[in-house]
Amino acid sequence: MDEKTVRKIAKLARLQLKDEEVQHFGQELGGIIKWVEQLSEVDTSGVDETATAGGVRLRTDEVTDGDCREAVLANAPASEFDCFVVPKVIE
Amino acid sequence: MSDLTDLTIAEAREHLAQKKISAVELAKAYQSRMVGHKDFNAYIIETPEIALAAAKVSDEKIAKGKAGIMEGIPIAVKDLFCTRGVLSTACSGILAGFKPPYESTVTANIFGAGAVMLGKTNMDEFAMGSANLNSFYGAVKNPWKRKKDNKDLVPGGSSGGSAAAVAARICAGALGSDTGGSIRQPASFTGTVGIKPTYGRCSRWGMIAFASSLDQAGSIARTVQDAAIMLEAISGFDEKDSTSAEMQTPKFEKALAVKDVKGLKIGIPKEYHSERLDPEIKKLWESGADWLKKQGAEIVDISLPHSKYALPVYYIIAPAEASSNLARYDGVRYGLRIVESADSLDEMYMKTRGEGFGPEVKRRIMMGTYVLSAGYYDAYYRQAQKVRKLIIRDFDEAFKKVDVILTPTTPSAAFALDEKPTDPVEMYLNDIFTVPVNLAGIPAISVPAGLSKDGLPLGLQLIGKMWDEETLFRVGGVLETAADFKTRAL
Amino acid sequence: MSLIKGNTGEWEMVIGLEVHAQVNSNSKLFSGASTHFGAEPNTQVSLVDAAMPGMLPVLNEFCVEQAVRTGLALKAQINLKSIFDRKNYFYPDLPQGYQISQFSHPIIGKGKIILDMPGGEKREIGITRLHLEQDAGKSLHDQSPSSTFIDLNRSGIALMEIVSEPDLRTAEEAGEYMKKMRQILRYIGTCDGDMEKGSMRCDANVSVRKPGGKLGTRCEIKNLNSIKNIIKAIEYEAARQVEIIEGGGEIRQETRLFDPDKNETRTMRSKEDAHDYRYFPDPDLYPLVLTQEFVDKIKKTLPELPDEKRERYVREMKLSEYDAAVLTAEKETTEYFEEVAKKTDPKLAANWITAELFGRLNKAGLGIAQSPVSAANTSSLVSMIQDNTISGKIAKQVFDIMFETGDDPKTIVKNHGLEQVTDTGAIEKIVDEVLAANPDKVAEYKGGKDKLFGFFVGQVMKISGGKVNPAMVNDLLKKKL
Repeated sequence: MDEKTVRKIAKLARLQLKDEEVQHFGQELGGIIKWVEQLSEVDTSGVDETATAGGVRLRTDEVTDGDCREAVLANAPASEFDCFVVPKVIE
Repeated sequence: MSDLTDLTIAEAREHLAQKKISAVELAKAYQSRMVGHKDFNAYIIETPEIALAAAKVSDEKIAKGKAGIMEGIPIAVKDLFCTRGVLSTACSGILAGFKPPYESTVTANIFGAGAVMLGKTNMDEFAMGSANLNSFYGAVKNPWKRKKDNKDLVPGGSSGGSAAAVAARICAGALGSDTGGSIRQPASFTGTVGIKPTYGRCSRWGMIAFASSLDQAGSIARTVQDAAIMLEAISGFDEKDSTSAEMQTPKFEKALAVKDVKGLKIGIPKEYHSERLDPEIKKLWESGADWLKKQGAEIVDISLPHSKYALPVYYIIAPAEASSNLARYDGVRYGLRIVESADSLDEMYMKTRGEGFGPEVKRRIMMGTYVLSAGYYDAYYRQAQKVRKLIIRDFDEAFKKVDVILTPTTPSAAFALDEKPTDPVEMYLNDIFTVPVNLAGIPAISVPAGLSKDGLPLGLQLIGKMWDEETLFRVGGVLETAADFKTRAL
Repeated sequence: MSLIKGNTGEWEMVIGLEVHAQVNSNSKLFSGASTHFGAEPNTQVSLVDAAMPGMLPVLNEFCVEQAVRTGLALKAQINLKSIFDRKNYFYPDLPQGYQISQFSHPIIGKGKIILDMPGGEKREIGITRLHLEQDAGKSLHDQSPSSTFIDLNRSGIALMEIVSEPDLRTAEEAGEYMKKMRQILRYIGTCDGDMEKGSMRCDANVSVRKPGGKLGTRCEIKNLNSIKNIIKAIEYEAARQVEIIEGGGEIRQETRLFDPDKNETRTMRSKEDAHDYRYFPDPDLYPLVLTQEFVDKIKKTLPELPDEKRERYVREMKLSEYDAAVLTAEKETTEYFEEVAKKTDPKLAANWITAELFGRLNKAGLGIAQSPVSAANTSSLVSMIQDNTISGKIAKQVFDIMFETGDDPKTIVKNHGLEQVTDTGAIEKIVDEVLAANPDKVAEYKGGKDKLFGFFVGQVMKISGGKVNPAMVNDLLKKKL
């Protein structure tokens, strides 16, 4: 996988890579992609990949959860005024 | 005292019921043995106070005649399961220090049945790996050693810590998880029994997600009976998990009461034979079939035509789902956050995830991101899901002819820590016999069947129909008796 | 069709609207936390909403019902099988790092909405689709210069994303579309349509082209939180695009923000690759499979929709288009009117409500839901006018008292002795009295001054305190003069 693609994918996945990593992953990912490419030889015409035995299960519309702010914020790296705090996002 | 750790779960349960031993004594015996076996690095955190407190409660329950099916039994829990107030990190640096304010359903179930937690075990980071070499807490050593040298060997993965702990007898049994073979393969490498149930049998709520459509909790133990007891304790419908099945949990242990396999048909898939198959393993596989035949089974040749595509299908679907499941690890609400050198929120994400995830995890996230990305989705992800349907169809067809399928568990015995293949694809080939099972959502068990010429354990795998773990335990029990695998690592 | 006059000729606007409507439900789409507005930060957040490790979604059946209900009201195709997909991107108010939405197989397919333009013209606007998805949390940027604060209360609330076909041609039509959509959603109770609170939001896709020409490149405008702003933003954007194209430039496909203070649209920070959402079916959720029975059951619970109601009022009750429109504008108004009209003449009821009730409500700054006069009491009053118990004039007095006190008309009339006099003998007596007291006027009238008739009527009214039946007064006067 070429460097440009590796960097693009890493950016999409929010993974900062060192330059050596970019090279390294490029080679490995290229190898894996080549290996999985064999799936293209399988005739899958008429196969519905979304078919399932049953449909999604539904629940009734009741308030059964929430009201656990302490637990929600317990592991926060930074919190203030009962909110999570992150570096400013500029729209 | 150390003899107590020789007892299987079934035996310990018996001793406890007859007041020959107390749960506290049993827990202490394990804790004492753990002290002398830290070098395996099987545990990432030990929980002695929790264990003793729970053992005390178990003793009271046993005295009152209210014992659960795992009452007072000391177990190890794979670090993939969220345990309330106790470090739960999936052995990743990105979850360093995370103590969940909630308990996973599976651990709640087994603790509700009376089990006592000795600690959390080591694993490949986010369950991605087959050798437990990808852990934030370092590698796990297999208690087994080769005859020819003294090299440290891998225990298999991703449930390497759990398997090593069972093999070293520093727990009575252990919880693991299996997405592509992560219970069965380490069980095979460590001479233990490992079961992955039908997808949906156990709840995934509170289990740190790797690949949602493949992950399942299961047990690793010394005997088929023990594995059955543990599986019964963790199974059951959970309304908090939409993929949890509304199925009653059978009394798995009872399945072992039938000590023969008369009338059962055992399938041998021809595609699993190959010239590359290690002759030792081939021989063991044939022995397995013979043992079952002697006990009354009919051996039937079957075909699973799309077998060779299972690994590529898995290595598209699992990373794809993982790339999305791991997006929540962003340093905002819990876990690691690297913000010092970050100029913006995006940089905080990049640095936190870049440093917090290990190389195998990053590799799979990128693979997953790639196969889902615009322009590649149809050719890779969608095609993989379609081929998956064909693999499922193969099993459906095969199970019209047979009740259980017999295969080797792994293509080799455990290898040394420094013999790890550098090519990721070569590493992935370790999962060749285990992965198809996860794709189809059917249950499978690995039973230790023999030793390699190097003196290392080799397992045989039995694959069952959906919801038919009972037949697996029955046949597994027969296989276990016939194999008579008595060797211990220590 | 209204066109923009540019330098090189006339331009046509092509507008499509994406409405995000928060579903009126007690709990969230995939978690059991409350959806109530205005709670303290992070108190309506479950571990699932906070995307803790190992958490899983479970679908709220009522939200599915509400989506089907909305689809039926939009005359749309109900897809019995639909799939939840993950839309993957990174943002701090999106805890999972993906939004559970529907991409390839939405629950609702093509439908339509009919707009009643102010000029009387009817315009049919197509609906492309409607799907269910999770709302995101709130990012608070203004609390600190270097940090953003995240409140996840809103995270996970069910949204219906309703996408229109690019059939709208003017900013005014876009405004009417929003009004109609809001009216329908409020009628069927699936969304409260409160744009100020943010329970209904809108993005506009705008492009321009020469009439009959190829579709131009479109820009998406976000942050439109009122119908007024939607109209302004679209007008600005269309003009901006015309200017660029006529100036020889090209429109860049981008997302823009509307600045209501400066009345202009601006480019949002360019996101580039961030737009590769890598949609794939959520492996934690099986496909949503509905039975025709489920859909039919919901269809039965649909109330009469505003358009049908309006037509019925005109057709059966003979109301004017205008009155019908006013009375059907809001569900509460319609319910009030229909209760009153149950036992009275609808036209009379309509007149009374639009003229007398609305006037007083507006003056007092109240909505019909806060009316001090109940529908039952208004009904009573109108009945009393109909059966001549009181005259129309007296009725207005009574209504004033009803508005102030909330009392029922029968009691008020009794207490104030305001019953209409209908006894011919009594009226005749007063008429004779009046004629006797004004002989010169009688003579003038008989001499040809017809206008004086009103004077005599007025005098009769004065003496009787307005309580006589006017029709009878007229008859008797005519006879006697």
